[in-house]
Amino acid sequence: MKDLFRGELVRFTLEEPETGAKAQARWQRDTEVHRLAGNDPVLLNSEKKIREWIEKQGEKGLPPDRYSFSVRTLAEDKHIGFLGLWVDLIHAEAWVGLRIGEREYWSKGYGTDMVKLCQQYVFSELCMERLSLGLHEYNPRALRCYEKCGFHLEGRTRKDVLREGKRTDSLWMGILREEWLQMQDGGFK
Amino acid sequence: MTATVHSPVAVFFATPWAKPVAFYFAEKLGGKMLDIQTQLFESQDLRLGPIDHEKDPEIESKWTHDSEFMRLMDTNPARPLSAAMIKKQYEKLEKQVEENKNLFHFMIRTKADDRLIGKAAIHWIEWTNGNAFLRLGIGSAEDRRKGYGTQALQMLLRFAFAELNLFRVSAIVPEYNKGAIALLHRFGFVQEVCRRRALERDGRRWDLYIFGLLRDEWQDKSRTREER
Repeated sequence: MKDLFRGELVRFTLEEPETGAKAQARWQRDTEVHRLAGNDPVLLNSEKKIREWIEKQGEKGLPPDRYSFSVRTLAEDKHIGFLGLWVDLIHAEAWVGLRIGEREYWSKGYGTDMVKLCQQYVFSELCMERLSLGLHEYNPRALRCYEKCGFHLEGRTRKDVLREGKRTDSLWMGILREEWLQMQDGGFK
Repeated sequence: MTATVHSPVAVFFATPWAKPVAFYFAEKLGGKMLDIQTQLFESQDLRLGPIDHEKDPEIESKWTHDSEFMRLMDTNPARPLSAAMIKKQYEKLEKQVEENKNLFHFMIRTKADDRLIGKAAIHWIEWTNGNAFLRLGIGSAEDRRKGYGTQALQMLLRFAFAELNLFRVSAIVPEYNKGAIALLHRFGFVQEVCRRRALERDGRRWDLYIFGLLRDEWQDKSRTREER
């Protein structure tokens, strides 16, 4: 059996509230990171507030439709980002959102490795039929990464988001289970 | 009260300077009057209104016993709900409207006999981006194919664009809801996204469409051609 939490460059883990909150509070200050990934206005939260959220989640346990991972590099064991899944168990569809907070790890294949690891988790552990995601048209780096991982562009909601006075499209992508299986060297390993 | 006492409105129109005042405002608006006379919550046969906590739960409960309706309206599993459960849902909904500020919810009633026939909502509003999603449903089969959906959507769009000042609205529709697809096309909605095989029903998978309409593309059908 495959190691679900180990890719070629990164591994999935879950940070303790203390270090998780510290990293998130620092990444929040980088407004470009947020604007590449989110739709809502940039927001700054105190480290204390973020830690309380994480702790509360830990106490209650995550809801059954949420899966979240912290991402660490294999080489230096550095915490560089996170990845979250929202799962619709009825229709067997998952949505993914991810962020690399540490900018020096952009454009070096870490994102692609995160997405591949996530696909493996979604299709071979969660047994989903479909994996979906959304992105901004002004994020071509993400688009290239998702295309490389086998996602299909399924359309765009026109002029969906207003940033810096400009209207931009939101892109919608998806990959089906059978499409992912076909990419696995001709079959499931 | 004697016959010589006028209401303030009557006094306004009776006074000789009333007309110049109206012209003054018309000039300020580039020769066009600001159209606040059109009632946003009324169409030819229908009225949008708030929840009636006494009468509505029983009627909406009946709709939930119609699995076809539920499957057209929602991707969540269809299940029959009691009037008591619907009542609780209404309370939750009103609390959500009050707290989240990104949701507007309406009951659709006939003007003639004040009968509940459906419901509508503008939800997931992103105020900074000026976008939102629409929901609209006519509850019982005998009220469908009577143009009620058209009238309700007309009011909903006018509310979204002329009152909430949204820039665009979206609607999510499964490929098997042919009625909704035809209605959206008639209003100029564009099919923007096809989320392939995103739904599973009756042992097969179905596509889920996202339709979009921009404010520039919206044609306000509640006004006559000259007024537009």
